[in-house]
Amino acid sequence: MDSILSGFIKAFSLIIHLDPELLGIVLLSLEVSGLALIIATVAGLPAGAVLGLTRFAGRDFVISVMNTFMGLPPVVVGLFGYLLLSRSGPLGFMGLLYTPSAMVLVQTILAFPIVASLCQAAIASVDPVLRQAAETLGATHSQVTVAIIKEARYGIISALIAAFGRVMAEVGAILIVGGNIAGYTRVMTTTIALETDKGNFELALALGIVILLLSFIINAVLHAVQKKGMVPVII
Amino acid sequence: MSLRIDASHVRKDYDGKTVLRDCSYTFDRHGVYVLMGRNGSGKSTFLRICALLENADGGEISYYSEGGVLPKDLSLKRKITLVLPRIGVFNTTVFKNVAYGQKIRGISHGEIESRANNALDFVGLRHKKDQHALTLSSGETQRLGIARALVIEPEILFLDEPTASVDEENTGIIESIISKMKREDRTMVVMTTHDKDQSERLADFLLVLKDGVLGEKA
Repeated sequence: MDSILSGFIKAFSLIIHLDPELLGIVLLSLEVSGLALIIATVAGLPAGAVLGLTRFAGRDFVISVMNTFMGLPPVVVGLFGYLLLSRSGPLGFMGLLYTPSAMVLVQTILAFPIVASLCQAAIASVDPVLRQAAETLGATHSQVTVAIIKEARYGIISALIAAFGRVMAEVGAILIVGGNIAGYTRVMTTTIALETDKGNFELALALGIVILLLSFIINAVLHAVQKKGMVPVII
Repeated sequence: MSLRIDASHVRKDYDGKTVLRDCSYTFDRHGVYVLMGRNGSGKSTFLRICALLENADGGEISYYSEGGVLPKDLSLKRKITLVLPRIGVFNTTVFKNVAYGQKIRGISHGEIESRANNALDFVGLRHKKDQHALTLSSGETQRLGIARALVIEPEILFLDEPTASVDEENTGIIESIISKMKREDRTMVVMTTHDKDQSERLADFLLVLKDGVLGEKA
């Protein structure tokens, strides 16, 4: 009990004193996950918009695949990432294995189906009468599309936050392709795993607190966004 | 009046059932055209075809100006507008809803503000301009739809059952808005209703759609 208490005390001390190692790990985590989210959004939002706004043969199949990939096990993604990027793999010549770029790649693969699938659901759920309303007011095809995406904005923001939450908490894939190299590819989740193995609980606990804090902030923002999207009730 | 519509032998089928059999009419005068008919008689379908929101399966809708037949392009579509029975409210304020049609036309911010305020004044909703549009009553929502259409200064305004789902008070307000448009004589109004009394109160030209055929009421 004492060791847990002293672990927490030391952990808070690391956070309060902005320990450079802790700070470096947190910043790298945010950088890798943030970059992965940006790339996943650039690819996933248009994909979600196409799936949500158009009808084509095989659309239902693509949506089912996206939905399935939302639950991709990170270790499996990490394994495929490793096979792709390892020296003998098809992308081995790029020399990305055990670099932050490799971590961004696998996190992007994990985030993309979440962004695409949830954006598709948000866009498809916009009342179809709004498309007609925009058309009757003289909107061009692209203006109608923008209007619909704008209507789905709260759902889209929720999708991005959900994807960010998922990649921030992920450990398996980045551990495999990142290698957990101190000061280079070591992020919050992989550090917690390593330090726990070593019995060094202070840093692990400090990072655990930071992750929980970030998770709380993400969820608070998500809740605020969803609340903003709701129609105010006038009594 | 620079714009006129010529409906020629318009036919429309839904799932093998003919809704419009043979609808021909020329809308070429100032005033309010009221299209009467029972529920399901095809009034809304005819209006949507006239407003270029749907295609006919047979016959043709042509738009003319002094220069002759007009192509059914964006330029023409921006001279007409249709207020749907369920208008489709954007999840934002009343003002932004009204401003939408002008914004997509690239009108300046100052102009948008002044025209939107005038349109909201016209339908009696200026005091609610900052209110969330989805919190309006059904009657106010219908008036919002009219303001949103009027602000783009259409040459032809189609109103599909503008009072079908509103209370008596708002029906009166909407009728007075239409009468006001009639007096100002800037826009041709083509509307549908199944309310006989209302059609008599508002119509300059009364049309009846029966058994898929359009005719002028004697």
